[in-house]
Amino acid sequence: MGLNHTEAQAMLKDSVAPFLAENAPVKHLRNLRDSNDQTGFARDLWKQFAEMGFTGILIPEAEGGLGLGHVEAGIVLEEIGRNLTPSPFLTTAVAAVEALKGAGAHLRGEWFPRILSGDAVIGLAIDEGAKHRPAATALVAARAGNGFKLSGKKQFVVHGHVADMLIVAARTAGAPGEEQGITLFAVPRDAAGVSVEADRLVDSQLSARVTLDGVEVTADAVIGDVDGGWGPLGKLLDAGRIGAAAEMVGVGGGAMDMTFDYLKQRKQFGRVIGEFQALQHRAAHLYGEMEGARSIVLKAQHLLDDGDPRAELFVAAAKAKAGLACNLSVREGVQMHGGIGMTDEYDIGLYMKRDRALAEFFGDSYFHADRVARMNGY
Amino acid sequence: MTDLETFRKETRAWLEANCPAEMREPQKSEDEACWGGRKWVFKSPAQKQWLEVMAEKGWTVPDWPKAYGGGGLSAEEAKILRSEMASLGCRPPLLSFGIWMLGPALLKFGTEAQKKHYLPQIARGEIRWCQGYSEPGSGSDLVSLQTYGEDKGDHWVVNGQKIWTSYADKADWIFCLVRTNKEDKYHGISFLLFDMTTPGVTTKPIKLISGASPFCETFFDNVKVPKHQIVGELNRGWDVAKYLLGHEREMISGGGLGEGMASIGAAFKDVAAEEPVLRAQMALFDVETMVFRAHSERFMDDWKTGKAHPAYSNLMKYVGTELNKKRHELVMAAGGSDALEWESERSKTGAKPRTWLRTKANSIEGGTSEVMLNVVSKRILEMPGA
Repeated sequence: MGLNHTEAQAMLKDSVAPFLAENAPVKHLRNLRDSNDQTGFARDLWKQFAEMGFTGILIPEAEGGLGLGHVEAGIVLEEIGRNLTPSPFLTTAVAAVEALKGAGAHLRGEWFPRILSGDAVIGLAIDEGAKHRPAATALVAARAGNGFKLSGKKQFVVHGHVADMLIVAARTAGAPGEEQGITLFAVPRDAAGVSVEADRLVDSQLSARVTLDGVEVTADAVIGDVDGGWGPLGKLLDAGRIGAAAEMVGVGGGAMDMTFDYLKQRKQFGRVIGEFQALQHRAAHLYGEMEGARSIVLKAQHLLDDGDPRAELFVAAAKAKAGLACNLSVREGVQMHGGIGMTDEYDIGLYMKRDRALAEFFGDSYFHADRVARMNGY
Repeated sequence: MTDLETFRKETRAWLEANCPAEMREPQKSEDEACWGGRKWVFKSPAQKQWLEVMAEKGWTVPDWPKAYGGGGLSAEEAKILRSEMASLGCRPPLLSFGIWMLGPALLKFGTEAQKKHYLPQIARGEIRWCQGYSEPGSGSDLVSLQTYGEDKGDHWVVNGQKIWTSYADKADWIFCLVRTNKEDKYHGISFLLFDMTTPGVTTKPIKLISGASPFCETFFDNVKVPKHQIVGELNRGWDVAKYLLGHEREMISGGGLGEGMASIGAAFKDVAAEEPVLRAQMALFDVETMVFRAHSERFMDDWKTGKAHPAYSNLMKYVGTELNKKRHELVMAAGGSDALEWESERSKTGAKPRTWLRTKANSIEGGTSEVMLNVVSKRILEMPGA
C-alpha cells in the first residue's frame, strides 16, 4: 500500500472538511470564548460528530463502531486542527477508545455505546506535573477490600470538569519513574472524593486540575491488568500522540495557508510582499517542514494501523516533528502578518495559542526526540 | 494471496537465487559501486555477474518498458523490488546517469529510433553518460549558457566549454545543452547527444576541497554532431533539460536518506553518552532522518503514480541535501580530532573529512538550495513575481 490516502480515505476527507468548515470554523471557537462558555466545547456539535459516525471510527465493528484506523481518525483531527474546533474527539473518541480496547467487556459495554451516541466525554488523568512524564505517575491506588482507594492529584485533564468518566493512571506498585506497577482505572467523575477545578488555558479551552481524595473503586474499574497498566496506557498514549500530531498538521497547515494568502495580498513598497525573495524562501522552507510533518504522521498512522512493532518509534518522531513544524508555521505566520498578526481580531494568533497547548499535550518535541534516542539505544 | 504478494514472494526467491553473496555485503566505499560503460573494469566476477543477470531480467531499470530493456513493472511492483533488495542487502547492480536522468528524458521526448538505440544500452550498462549543463558563466542562471552549435546542414559544429561535468573523464557519451539560436534565451537551446571520443572533445578533472575530482571541465573545439542526435525539437532543449533536472534533483535528494546510518546517535553511542548537548542534537537529527525517509516514500508513491506536483523534486532536493550536510557536520563533531586526520590508514585516508567536504556540493550541484527555494515558491506555492 502506498504512503498516501486510499480512495475511501480521500472520500472521508471530502466529507469531513466541508462539515467542519461549515459547522465549526474559527468563528465557532471565538463565539464560545467570547460568551464565556463553561463547557469548553459545543454539546450539539459533539452530537453531530456522533451522527456523522466520527466517534465510532476507532471502535470495532462488532461493538457498533466503524472499525477504521488512525489514518481515518487523523483525517478528522487534521480538520479539527485547521478549524481550531474545540472538541472532546481526541481525548474521548481516540485516546480513551484505544485504552478501553484493553478493558473488560463490562467497561467496553458501558462506554462504547455512550461514545458512539455522542453522550459521553472522557477525561485523561495522566499528567501530575507541568511536563508530561507518564512513568513518573505517583497518584496512589491502595488495595481496599475487593477494590482500590485512589488518592493524589492530576493536571492538564482537558474537559475534565465536564467529563463523565476519568481514565486515571495510578501507582499500585513500584516507585515513580518505573513503568511497572502502574494501573489504569476508569473512575466516574461524580464518584465521592473526586474534585475538579477548571481553568481556561491560553488557547481558550477548558482544562481541569483533578484531586482524588480516597476515591473508592471496585476491581471492575481496572483497565487491563493490575500493575500492568503501562500496556493499555501505551495504547492510549500512542493514539493520543499521533492524534495530537495529526491535529498539529491541521493547525500548522491552516496557519500556513492563511499566511501564504496574506503574502499574495498585502502590498508594501508598491508591490505584493510575496514578491520579495526573503519571504519566498521562508515560505518555501516552511512548506517543506509541513510536508515532512505530514509524511511522518501518515507513516506512523500506517504502522499503528498495521500493528507494526516500529509504530511507537515512529509515533514519537511524528509528535516531535509535527510540534517543530507547526510551531515554525505559527511563528512565521504571526511575523509575516506583521502588526495585524498581533491583534486579537485576526485569526493567526489563535493558531499560535492552539499550537502551544498541543505542543504540551502528550509530550513535547524534546520529550519525544529523547524517546527516539532511547529507542535507538543511546 | 494477492498478485502483489505473489510477486513479492517470487521476487524474493529470485533475488536469493541470483544475487551473489558478495553483492549482498555492504559496500566498504563508493569505489566499489558499479558504473558500467566501455572503460569499466569490473571489481570482481560477482559484480559482472550481478549486472548481467539483473540486466537480462530488465531490473536495472525495473519500471521501463520491456521493449527498451526494462522490466515492465508497475509502480507497486517496482516498490516491492526495491524493498526486497533493501531487506536482502542487495547492492544496486548499476549506478548510472543514463538510468536516473537521460533515460526518463528519452522516454518522454525521444523518437522511437532513439529509444530503441540508446535505452537498451543504458539498461545493460554498456554506455556511461555524463551531463553537459553548467558553464563557467552559467551556474544558477543556467539558461544564459553560451556553448554554441553552428548549423552546417546535416550536422552542427559545437564550440564552447562546460564545467562541473560529473565523471566526464570516465564517460562514453554526453547529453549536452547547446545554444542553437542566439536571439532567444529560453527558446534558443537544443539538447544534443554525442560521443566523448568525437574529435575536439577534451576533459580536465577539477580537484575539489575534498581532494577528489568527481567533476571536470569539458572543452568542445569544432565538435561535429549529426542532426539525428538531437532530443526533442530544435531550440526546445530547455523543456527537456527542465524535465531531466527534476530527475536529477530527485536523485541528489537521496543523500538525505542516510543509507547505512538510520540513527546517528546509535553510530556514536559513546560520544552521545558523554556529551548531552551533542546527544540532543543527534536525537533531533534522528527525527529528521525518519521524517525525510517517510517524506521520500510518500513523494515516490505520488511521483510514480503521477500525483506529485511536477516541481516537487525541487523541494526534496533542498530538504535532502541540507539534511545530508547537517548529518556530516554531526559526524565530524562526534569524531572529534580523530575525524581531522586526512591521510592516515586508521582514518581510511580521511574518509570522514573528505565525505564531509564532498557533501557541501550537495546543495550546489544540480541547482543550489536558493534556486530550489525559488522554484518551490513560484511553481508550487504560486508566489507572485518573475
